[in-house]
Amino acid sequence: MSVPGETILTVEDLKTYFYTEGGVVQAVDGISFDVRAGEIVGVVGESGAGKSVATTSILRLLDDAGEIVSGEITYRDTTIVGFEEAEEGGELVPRDDMLTKSEMRKEIRGNEIAIIFQDPMESLNPVYKVGSQIREFIELNRDLEGEDAKEEAIEMLREVGIPEPENRYDDYPHQFSGGMRQRVLIAMALGCRPSLIIADEPTTALDVTVEGQILDLVDDLRDEYGTSFIWVTHDMGVVAEICDRVNVMYLGQIVEQGPVDDIFHDTQHPYTESLLASIPRPDKTVEDLNPIAGVMPQAMNPPRGCRFHTRCPDAREACRDIEPRFVDVGEAPSHRAACLKHDDVGYWDSVPIENESRDGVVADEEPPAGGQETEAGR
Amino acid sequence: MATTEGQLDETAEGTGEARVGWRHTIDQVKRDTTARWGMYVIVIVTFVALFSALDANLNRLTLGHISNYAIGQALPLLEHPERIPPPGEIYRNEPPAFAEGGSWEHPMGTDHEGRDYLTRIVYGTRISIAVGFVATFIGLVGGVAIGAVAGYYGGWVDDALMRFVETIYAIPALVLVIVFTVFVSGGRPDVIYAVVGVGLASIPVFSRIIRSRVLSVREMDYIEAARAAGVKDRNIIMRHVIPNSFAPVLVYATLQVGVAVLIVAGLSFLGYGAQPPTPDWGQMLNYSHGLMHSSPWHSIWPGVAIMITVAGFNFFGDGLQDALDPRIEN
Repeated sequence: MSVPGETILTVEDLKTYFYTEGGVVQAVDGISFDVRAGEIVGVVGESGAGKSVATTSILRLLDDAGEIVSGEITYRDTTIVGFEEAEEGGELVPRDDMLTKSEMRKEIRGNEIAIIFQDPMESLNPVYKVGSQIREFIELNRDLEGEDAKEEAIEMLREVGIPEPENRYDDYPHQFSGGMRQRVLIAMALGCRPSLIIADEPTTALDVTVEGQILDLVDDLRDEYGTSFIWVTHDMGVVAEICDRVNVMYLGQIVEQGPVDDIFHDTQHPYTESLLASIPRPDKTVEDLNPIAGVMPQAMNPPRGCRFHTRCPDAREACRDIEPRFVDVGEAPSHRAACLKHDDVGYWDSVPIENESRDGVVADEEPPAGGQETEAGR
Repeated sequence: MATTEGQLDETAEGTGEARVGWRHTIDQVKRDTTARWGMYVIVIVTFVALFSALDANLNRLTLGHISNYAIGQALPLLEHPERIPPPGEIYRNEPPAFAEGGSWEHPMGTDHEGRDYLTRIVYGTRISIAVGFVATFIGLVGGVAIGAVAGYYGGWVDDALMRFVETIYAIPALVLVIVFTVFVSGGRPDVIYAVVGVGLASIPVFSRIIRSRVLSVREMDYIEAARAAGVKDRNIIMRHVIPNSFAPVLVYATLQVGVAVLIVAGLSFLGYGAQPPTPDWGQMLNYSHGLMHSSPWHSIWPGVAIMITVAGFNFFGDGLQDALDPRIEN
């Protein structure tokens, strides 16, 4: 296992585009973050922010239409994604040290980085017994076979809190409830003994009680196995509960990143503020709820300047033209945000603009150039 | 779909009948009267075919009351020289037992060479069943392999495979099989060439059926999960994609057995399938169509046999389709 605190995954300036008939969807447009051993890193944002695309890019599991166009992804000493300029033409081409497809499959997927999907109802193959699916993954990714693998699978089921694992081993997925299936999926991922588990909104389909149990379970397992997690969610409450560090994504970019306490108590980006303000709370009625105005623009034709300026309550003229840099903000050393407020480019001198956050209509945004919502957001 | 299944079964967990799986599907089929009759026909016909394959047992178990002479007549004579009938008994053309001039020695009568029709029909079962199953199996294996690979990979692999398959599909099946039979057999057609030909000709439909299912199955999270766990594409296709796409293929295969029986019988009738003296139903029709006026039973028995067998597979196939279709409430 790895030394606690050691950086195991680095993502630098990752860009993943989808080439669709309607145009190029910039689903992920230059994000950078890292994951250290034994920590839970949150990736949070609305639907369509590019969270899932960012995480599937790490395992290079994109659809045919999707392509990683630039950036670096490094896992320990191996290059998952890397580019260099071609000798002729200066185009970016994959570097030689980038893992091949079959190396990716043998060396990374499952045994180093595993993934848990959003919908526990559809992530288990309905025609096989739950136990044999866990066993398949264990046999594939570890030096265990036959009865040993079966015992390990049962042990994993016990580990994730499934009662009577010996009997449940022979049950089919449809005989499990949603929460139990999510536990099975965690057991499947954990059974491969990866150093990093990507959890793609794993509790979204569950009710809050079960969600709480799963979050506790993940926290315990992290302590026991030292596994790191990338936790993708749209729920700031979940983030507060288990994440150590947080990346807030908006329209393919990270707008704020930092330790979880600073994100919550020393918020530096208006989008993060809006997300926090929109959390439903028992002491508020529906009328008091403060959702973010408008909908996220299409990633095919993102707004110029700051991408959030069409919905930002603090937007000013400068936000339309100047793309904010990602700068250190706040007290904590690793707390960074991309907002003109923190940059000396004349934000404070320009006038506020009318946008969706004020009157509910788009001020002067050009209509998106054709094309429907694409798979970019998942 | 997964959700409703899950909710249905959570209450009955551990106890009671399972609502999915093989036994459940068979139960559903049995509840449908036509499908149940179809199943009985298939079971009986298959049983007869299996036992007619054992010469000695045929005599004892199935056809005890029929003379050795008749059985001898049903078989190629060179293999059984002792059974060559005495002169004078040849060319008897006896009508069925219930008609005037018939006897219970030959319940279905004899053909114009004096061979017992019941025996020949029973032997014909063996050929027809073998033909139906083997031809369908060839089409199923070939079609599922091509369709699953095409559907799973998509892109140019899909284009290449499916365009190839559609080219085959564009040629009328009967013409394709006749040409295949004539060329591959080198001018001496036999039932085996017809079977392979029919099997190959049914590949396009099988591959199209499974491909359309694979296109949706490959988007399922458990396929993505298998890829994310590092499972090889081949194993994903074999273990995860095909089993989950198989239901419509199974239904079509059941129907296709009947169709294959029919087509091969037609080929034999035209002279491109089984050759005399093989007791194949289609070939028997070929033999007898000139005698339809004077001895109609020559044509009726094989026709009835073909009809019952094909109908059996069709009824069962329809029932299976209903049982496997979640939209139909039983």
